[in-house]
Amino acid sequence: MAYVAVKGGERAIDNAHRWLAEERRGNPEVADISTAQIAEQLGRAVDRVMAEGSLYDPSLAALAVKQAQGDLIEAAFLVRAYRTTLPRFAAAEPVDTAEMTIKRRISAVFKDMPGGQLLGPTYDYTHRLLDFALEAGFTPPAPAEIPAEPEAMPRIHDILGGEGLMEQDAPSDAEPFDITRAPMQFPAGRDARLQSLARGDEGFLLAMGYSTQRGWGGSHPFVGEIRVGSASVDIVPPELGFAIDIGDVELTECQMVNQFAGSKTQPPQFTRGYGLVFGHSERKSMAMALVDRALRAAELGEEVKAPAQMQEFVIYHCDNIEATGFVEHLKLPHYVDFQSELETIRRMRADAEREMMQQAAQ
Amino acid sequence: MNGYNFAYLDEQTKRMIRRAILKAVAIPGHQVPFGSREMPLPYGWGTGGIQVTASVLGADDTLKVIDQGADDTTNAVSIRRFFARTAGVATTTHTAEATVIQTRHRIPEHKLREDQILVYQVPQPEPLSKLEPSRAETRRMHGLAEYGLMHVKLYEDITRYGHVSISYDYPVMVGGRYLMSPSPIPAFDNPKMHMMPALQLFGAGREKRIYAIPPYTRVESLDFDDHPFRATRAPHACGLCGAEESYLDEVVTDDKGGRLFVCSDTDHCETRRADGHKGTELAA
Repeated sequence: MAYVAVKGGERAIDNAHRWLAEERRGNPEVADISTAQIAEQLGRAVDRVMAEGSLYDPSLAALAVKQAQGDLIEAAFLVRAYRTTLPRFAAAEPVDTAEMTIKRRISAVFKDMPGGQLLGPTYDYTHRLLDFALEAGFTPPAPAEIPAEPEAMPRIHDILGGEGLMEQDAPSDAEPFDITRAPMQFPAGRDARLQSLARGDEGFLLAMGYSTQRGWGGSHPFVGEIRVGSASVDIVPPELGFAIDIGDVELTECQMVNQFAGSKTQPPQFTRGYGLVFGHSERKSMAMALVDRALRAAELGEEVKAPAQMQEFVIYHCDNIEATGFVEHLKLPHYVDFQSELETIRRMRADAEREMMQQAAQ
Repeated sequence: MNGYNFAYLDEQTKRMIRRAILKAVAIPGHQVPFGSREMPLPYGWGTGGIQVTASVLGADDTLKVIDQGADDTTNAVSIRRFFARTAGVATTTHTAEATVIQTRHRIPEHKLREDQILVYQVPQPEPLSKLEPSRAETRRMHGLAEYGLMHVKLYEDITRYGHVSISYDYPVMVGGRYLMSPSPIPAFDNPKMHMMPALQLFGAGREKRIYAIPPYTRVESLDFDDHPFRATRAPHACGLCGAEESYLDEVVTDDKGGRLFVCSDTDHCETRRADGHKGTELAA
């Protein structure tokens, strides 16, 4: 037989890419989907790509969803690889979520509170029945509207904090850690951890958060508040010296309220787990808040014994771009190492067989 | 390439990486954390090596990229194209002609020179990772040169199998101080690292570490006096060029146990054949 190794080569790669493009387009008799349609009608997918891609840009995220054929991890990867080439011209002022334009806001710990419960656009109370009207192309009626009085919606810890029941975070002017510029070191600060969780994989965080509910590092959580809406982003250009509004971002924020027994120096009070995610993603923000609280175990004097409480375990493994790359790199050729394994295992088997023969001869 | 800086990364990032490389060269074998960037290639596919190469590459360099010793494996092709496109540098498959060689899993058979740089792609820079999962803990162990755990692992291998069972990514001591992963090269290649005239740079993108072996540095594979390190290869000659010293791939030729052994270093094999060497399987 002639020597025919499986070699890729330039032409094979080019042809593979052409085939991929054809497959992505699908049947040419079916209309091409526009990125505007994706941005408008697959909003939750676009939101997830923005969150895990760590870049707020719905039109780029929609393009990534299209280019990745709806593979959201692949789409987030495209967005990340684009993000890394962008210059950083400024750091924003902290976003004030108390001043958000709210479209949904609920609390599980009070029946009512200042600003009220606002259900907003939610799947929560839909019956999960396939809606065949959508298949036929259905134009929904306009949502009900009533004139609303502008009313303040204070955040839950502002409500509970007044009584001293809720831990308060000391304000800090320290420059926050930047996980996109500096390598993670452990133990990691909460700023670095929250950044990692905010771009972490929704599925991974969901499973980790769920594990805390099932006894692997539980912390008795209550949803203090979830709010979804748009917040303005301000920057202070050094040449101006005052804040200017550069646009709005849609955010989902979750404040978990958790038990804390107190310590010798502190009376019992509630502690917080925090989740903040680009776009509308209650599942991700809640999971993030559960995991954030679990990761504070050491800080709060709790025993670290469950995976969700272990910083290195959670932070090193929550990034799906890193995880998918390394898992999928097993597809790359490994035949040189496998060859060395073959030689080793043959040698070990020969040794073992020789020993068995010797024993049999005795 | 339009819209991108020379060799993809912006100059600030390259400066940051070069600073990490300088530190790595100053402390041979020590893993230097660096602000690894997201690259347009997936993690685990050479992002660390690519960042190191991008940072040391100049317009007049000649680049060679190999994977498994071969220039024509798909990922090697992909990375070579990446730099041809973003840096416009000359590329080659000849080891002797290259000034920068990026590699995954092999060291070329041809002896490298002082004016060459060998860049390794590293999936897991921490040699102790299989024995101790926490990086906070392994950092401490490196600080204290506390490598007993690895010696115990080798000793247990010997008591169980009669020899060390690690066949690739075989741990080395660099400059008598730091325990280092040579990346998943076969143990056969380990001795080539010792006192190599070329600068050896290691990039781990996902794990955000860079380390280095400066030219003419002692690199010793871990062993015991009564169980010295042994480099092994398939006990055959290359079927194409007849080489008896090179590392061989085993190619399955049929479903009846047929095998062809050929050099894993494709340039080495082709050069030998051009010089008139012939293996037994080469069609006349």
